[in-house]
Amino acid sequence: MTVTNLWVVSEPAGSGVTSTSKELISEARRLGATVTAVSWGADGEAAASLVGSFGASRLLDLGDLGAVLPASIVAATLASLLASESPDAVLIPASNDGRDIAARLSALLDTPVLTNVTGLRDSAGLQSEHPIFGGTQTVLARLRASGPGLFVVRAKSFVADATGGAAAERVAVTAVVPSTRAATVRSSHVEERTGPALEDAAVVVSGGRGLGDEASYELVNELARLLNGAPGASRAIVDAGWVPYSHQVGQTGKTVKPDLYIACGISGATQHMVGMKGASHIVAINKDPDAPIFSISDFGVVGDVHSVLPALIAALKARP
Amino acid sequence: MNVVVCVKQIPDPAAPQSLDAEHRLNRTGKLILDEADTYGVEVALRLVEAAGQGEVSVVSMGDATDLTGIRSALAMGAMRATVVSDPSLKGADALTTAKVLAAVLSRELPDLILAATESSDGYTGTLPVQLAQLLDLPALTFATSVVVEGDTVVVHRQTEAGYDEVATQLPAVVTVTAGVVEPRYATFKGIMAAKSRPVTVMSVADLGLDAAALDPRQDIVAVETATTRAAGEKYVDDGQGAARIVSFLEQIKILSGSAS
Repeated sequence: MTVTNLWVVSEPAGSGVTSTSKELISEARRLGATVTAVSWGADGEAAASLVGSFGASRLLDLGDLGAVLPASIVAATLASLLASESPDAVLIPASNDGRDIAARLSALLDTPVLTNVTGLRDSAGLQSEHPIFGGTQTVLARLRASGPGLFVVRAKSFVADATGGAAAERVAVTAVVPSTRAATVRSSHVEERTGPALEDAAVVVSGGRGLGDEASYELVNELARLLNGAPGASRAIVDAGWVPYSHQVGQTGKTVKPDLYIACGISGATQHMVGMKGASHIVAINKDPDAPIFSISDFGVVGDVHSVLPALIAALKARP
Repeated sequence: MNVVVCVKQIPDPAAPQSLDAEHRLNRTGKLILDEADTYGVEVALRLVEAAGQGEVSVVSMGDATDLTGIRSALAMGAMRATVVSDPSLKGADALTTAKVLAAVLSRELPDLILAATESSDGYTGTLPVQLAQLLDLPALTFATSVVVEGDTVVVHRQTEAGYDEVATQLPAVVTVTAGVVEPRYATFKGIMAAKSRPVTVMSVADLGLDAAALDPRQDIVAVETATTRAAGEKYVDDGQGAARIVSFLEQIKILSGSAS
């Protein structure tokens, strides 16, 4: 049995869908399946054209859901749609809303869900790849349950490539309002950012506990600025409150795949490395010669970030 | 206000980890309270303290031979614990675990159910919302702050770009991130008190659940060694570290080559 029919939960972003949604549509197409995107939000026409360009032939459009967390409505609607159609699998981005949708859908369909997926293979049905132990090993898993498999896929696991396909056929779907009380979004707060977005930046400069204190993070900011990059962080200093969560790289933060990743005072916990080891080039600066980060670095400096970073910043400023 | 925190005993993440013959995480060593759960316990204690009435309890599923981790939560201030332990649950997936915890929680539904966004051993990250769905409760996830105002719970929910303020009516499920609060250390008095606080150990049959319906439905097909990056040059800084990095950035063409 090969995979013939895949659905992709495509989260709205602006007038289109998120990068991870595009990656999943592209991969579903590469697996040879007919791809149905499922989305919501205000601009269905724009979304249909966009998902079509990545290879989706149909868009199931739930329309505008209002200022609520979408998971309970999207999951209830999907469960209702899946009563009459049976794709091989539903692929879901590993975002906050995506994870909530997958969890609710799993309970509604009484089917397990595989999360932290970083690869998919079609081998008599879908098999999923999951990195464990900091990505040193890969677990290959398969769902035994009947009905569509649910796979929650991490960002940047696949390449998003537009094929220039026609707009997907847009099918308006009446959203199912579940019995679960709604969670209302009262307001949204966006952190200020001057450079490129962390997940899209060609250069990422990240800081960790080795910086010693919050004030030293300014060195990371400045180096990122000089390289037209984005500042990132390990979980340790996000938990410590030095920088906002939007900076966090790793298992519970963002996955980045820049041309260059500079890790400053980051020891390299497996949970961090999972989020950045796909970088083309990795430079690490750390006082501890045995820090695990050096095992995946192309160039490592065993030294104090408080002397190396100011010297590096000065050297870059001195360049013409 | 009564708050139940879902907690998990896990192998110490600082110790080397391995898989057993069935490709499951080796859990034979000492088990500790998942650090991610200490944030939920702390949030729960503060909410109950602020409400001035009610209690915090914990619920868990897993081997009950060693309850050190559960006692850690009691030592922080939780008043009692329920642990579902049953050989038939070995290798249970997250949905199965959610069904088991839902069976415990539906017997005496608290005002608020707290959990970490994900455990530090499996990282599945779906259990709390599966639980919410099974109990038909709203779920506020990825909270970095939690406040209860009357019968409404309000959280700051992490987003890619910042946070949203999200609210719902109790009862509800809330998942908290690490760093939401600073978990308290157990005092000597707390540790002593924890020894006498009740821990109820239940089996699948005690809960009236059908063991056959709880079979894991996901298989590990194989475990492969991933292609690892080779370590490159490691340079011990003697004052030239910054200059060497500049040369490396020129070599990989992030910086254009210097004129000199």
